[in-house]
Formats: sequence, structure tokens, C-alpha cells
Amino acid sequence: MTQLALVIDLNVCVGCHACVTSCKQWNTSGWAGPMVDENPYDAAPTGTFFNRVQTFEVGNYPNTETVHFPKSCLHCEDPPCVPVCPTGASYKREDNGVVLVDYDKCIGCKYCSWACPYGMREVDTQQKVMKKCTLCIDRITDQSLPEAERKPACVLACPTSARLFGDVQNPDSEVSIAIRERGGYALMPEWGTQPANHYLPRHKNRMHITEDDLLRTNNPLKKEDITVYHGEETLEDVTW
Amino acid sequence: MHPAFSVIFLTTLLGAGQGLFLALITGQVYSRIHLIDAQSSDYYFHGSLIALALLVLGLIASFFHLGRPERAWRAASKWRTSWLSREVIVLPVLMGLVALFSLIHWMGWTQPFVVAGDDALPVDASLLVGVMGAIVAFALFVATAMIYASVKFLQEWASPLTVVNFTFFGLASGFMLAAAYSAWLGNDLVTFFGTWAVIFTAIAFLSRGASLLRNRHIKYRSNLKTAIGVRHRDIAQKSQGFSAGSFNTREFFHHRSPGTLRRVTAVFMLLVFPVPVVLIGVAYVTKSPTLPILAFLIQYLGLVAERWYFFAEAQHPQNLYYQTVS
Repeated sequence: MTQLALVIDLNVCVGCHACVTSCKQWNTSGWAGPMVDENPYDAAPTGTFFNRVQTFEVGNYPNTETVHFPKSCLHCEDPPCVPVCPTGASYKREDNGVVLVDYDKCIGCKYCSWACPYGMREVDTQQKVMKKCTLCIDRITDQSLPEAERKPACVLACPTSARLFGDVQNPDSEVSIAIRERGGYALMPEWGTQPANHYLPRHKNRMHITEDDLLRTNNPLKKEDITVYHGEETLEDVTW
Repeated sequence: MHPAFSVIFLTTLLGAGQGLFLALITGQVYSRIHLIDAQSSDYYFHGSLIALALLVLGLIASFFHLGRPERAWRAASKWRTSWLSREVIVLPVLMGLVALFSLIHWMGWTQPFVVAGDDALPVDASLLVGVMGAIVAFALFVATAMIYASVKFLQEWASPLTVVNFTFFGLASGFMLAAAYSAWLGNDLVTFFGTWAVIFTAIAFLSRGASLLRNRHIKYRSNLKTAIGVRHRDIAQKSQGFSAGSFNTREFFHHRSPGTLRRVTAVFMLLVFPVPVVLIGVAYVTKSPTLPILAFLIQYLGLVAERWYFFAEAQHPQNLYYQTVS
């Protein structure tokens, strides 16, 4: 069993929105037709996006931290949006676990969007069907592409490699190792949706410096330094 | 949630249509067992046509909710998992049975096949179709309400009270309409239907009151901590990722003030419960042919407000991600 998914590293996401724009560019130019983009240069632009980067502030000044939070379909292992679909347009692919919408079957009733706690589905106001992240299914399954390019557009675009892509069911995959070794977590675990996408938490490296470290008590040169200092030395006298 | 008038009219019109049909069947059963006066076939024919018209209007309203109404027939396919699909199947079945019931009375095919006991219960085609229709009407109440009650993320809806509310609101407005219809014809069944309408209104008052209380003290399972997975008491969104609106900010928010919600609650608590009950009571005393019609219309208006509030009060967890523009 394969479950393709993204693992997003919140340590290195800088909130540049490159994944947002590359996602829109790739998916609006694909076989499924354009993704709606209304009033793009006006005061109130609106349109369909599969991926967004949001920004949160954690803590109170001065102890605050800015968290950039990329948000796209989590391709749940138990997707609540699929069984509610009355037409079967919403489905989870058996071979790779990607949750997709058959745009030719969707009646645009919006019921699946109510059944997603994450708000990952959006109606396309021109095609009048539900749309969502496909994990760039047309890229990742395209055997004519070199294997290194069989990745979602957002993953290829990320300048800091904050987005990892792979099979989270395979214990030896890069994504599984990252989740296992770096504390990868799922969003809203309280609903039991088992999101396939995981997030890697902020990780802090702290250096502990003791007084002994500063004095360099174990420096062999220091041990042999027998000079008696009187507090009148020039810089040359103490440089060794 | 954003209250869409297509769904508000769909659920309220269907409820009234189902309720009216159930009222007619109740009346027919009562008259068959000689508890109330027997009515002419025309009475049931015209009454069930009104019920059918309400069901058709509800169905038409539902199409305005769909992006692709020309594909609506596909919605019958996933009845194993989707309550919406089940509703899509049950509704036409009920419409067919109501139409058949209508036809039977119109054609006068009401010769009993069997008479149980000593003329205690004559069974004819209309009674059989009517009882089947009554079962399907109840199934439709369940299917319609379960569309909402089965979405566990909307905690205001995810309760058996939703099913009870939908059923008793439908029964109340349907029996109220049956009383109005009988009053218009100058029929003496006004009291019979009016009494049932008051009983159902009272039960609906209790169950809706219970769900309002429940929802006032609801404890949401999700919060910003679980939404982004950062354990801190103070998390504030600084940007939702875009400057203007999107589907997420339109579909899941009502964009009204808390004051508006309070006013709508007050309006529907008044229009659905006390006003129609008082009107039907006054109509009983004065034998007015028009007051029950007014009672039904006012209650229906109140139910539209109630359904609007039903959507507006539901808080979707996705809203946690859409708090701040920039």
C-alpha cells in the first residue's frame, strides 16, 4: 500500500509563497482547465487555490515567534470528504492514496467542503465544480518525466526545501524517516481523519556554555602559561 | 456557515409538504376507523396535490444550490455512504407515492379490497399507498436531517436533536397547513388538525429549545493549537494568505453581527411557536376560515428564519484558519 503525501518543515519555511504561485501556475495550465481567477488586479481578487501560506504569531511580545504555515489538502488516510459525496466524484486513489475529484461527475453541491475540517476544498466559480489539491497527479504519475521531476510543483518550487514528498507508508522513505526522527505531527488529530501530510515542528538548537568553557580551563597552552600578569600588559603580551 | 436560501427553502418546503401529506393520511386513517367524519375523495385529491406542489417547489429550490444541476441524477449513486444521496432517492419515491395517492382519489379507486372486522377498517388502494407514503415521508425527514447531523465537524448539528427538530418542525407546519386547508374549505377538521399542529409545535419548541441550550454551552474540539499543531496559549493569525475573499471566507461565515443572530432567534422563537398557536386558538373560538391560513404562513416564515439561524449558528473548524486578512 502506498500513501503519497507531503511533509512540511516549519523550521525552514520562510513564507515566500513560491509554492502557492507555482501550484496555481501548474494547475491552471493543466488538462483540467484553468483555475478561476476573478478581478486579479482589482481591489477584491478572488479565485481557486489549492495551496496557501498563512502566517501565525505565537506568544506575546517580546517573546514571539512567527510561524509560516503552508496549507493544502492533507490527503487523509480516512478522508471524511469522500463518503459524503453523493455522486462518487470525490474519491481516494487505490494505488497511491491521493484524494481527487472527478470534475466530470461533480455536481457542485459543496457537501464535501462541509465535511472537511481543514477547509481544503474550494468551488471553482466558473466550472462550478469542487476543486482541491491533486498532489499534481498529472506530474507525479507522468512516466515520461525524469524521475527527479515526478514531484508536485510546490515541492520543486520551494527554495528552502521545506516540502518533502514521498510515500508515508514506506518506513524507509525520506518522508517517513523525517516524521519518525523529527517529530512529524498531523493537524487536528482530534477528528481521527489520519492526515497523510505531516508537519515537522520548529526545532531549536541550544548551546550551553559554562564558565569553564569560557575560561578554557582545559586549554593546554593555558596550563603552561606561567606569566604573572600585573594588569599593565599590552595586547602583544597576552596574545599567543 | 453561510445560510443559502436554496437550502433553507428546500428543507422548509419539503418539511411542510411531508407534514401535510402525513396530516392527510392521519385524517384518512382516523376517518376510516370512524373517529372523525369521512371526507370526500376530492378533499384528499386537492390536499395531496398541495403536498406534491410543496415537494416539487422544494426540489426546484434544491437545484439552485447545485453548481451543475444537469448532473443531479448522478447524486443517487452513493446511497451506501452518503445521506445526501439517500435523500435524493427518497424524495422522488415520496413524490411518486403522493402523486399515486392523488391519482387514486381523483379516479375514485377507493373500493375497499378487504374490510377488517365489522366495517371497522376498510382497506383500499389509497390507504395502502398512503401508509407506504407515510413511512417514506418519515424516512425523508431522517435523510434530510442526517445530511446535517452526520457532519461531525459541525458540532452544533451533530446531534440527534437535529433529526427531532426537522421532523417536528415539518409535522407542525404540515398539520398547520392541513388546518388552514380545511378552514378554507369550511371543513370541520380544522380542530382535529389544529390540535395536532399545536401538539407538534409544542414538541418542536422543547426539542429546539434543548438544541439551543446545548449549542450555547458547546465545547469545540478544535482550536488554533490543534489547527496548526503549535502548543501555546497565545496564537494569533497575522495573515490568512490572501488579501480578499475566497470560497473559504464565503461558504463558512455568515458575515452578520451577533446582534442580527440574536434578533433572528427572537423572531423565529416568536413566529414559530406562540403566534401560530394563539392564532389557531382564536380561530377555534371564532370559527374563522382565514386565521389558520395566517397561522400557517406566519409559522412558515418563522421556520425560514429558524433554518437561516440553523446555518448561521454552526461554527466550522476551518474558520480557525481564516481569522485575519493580513
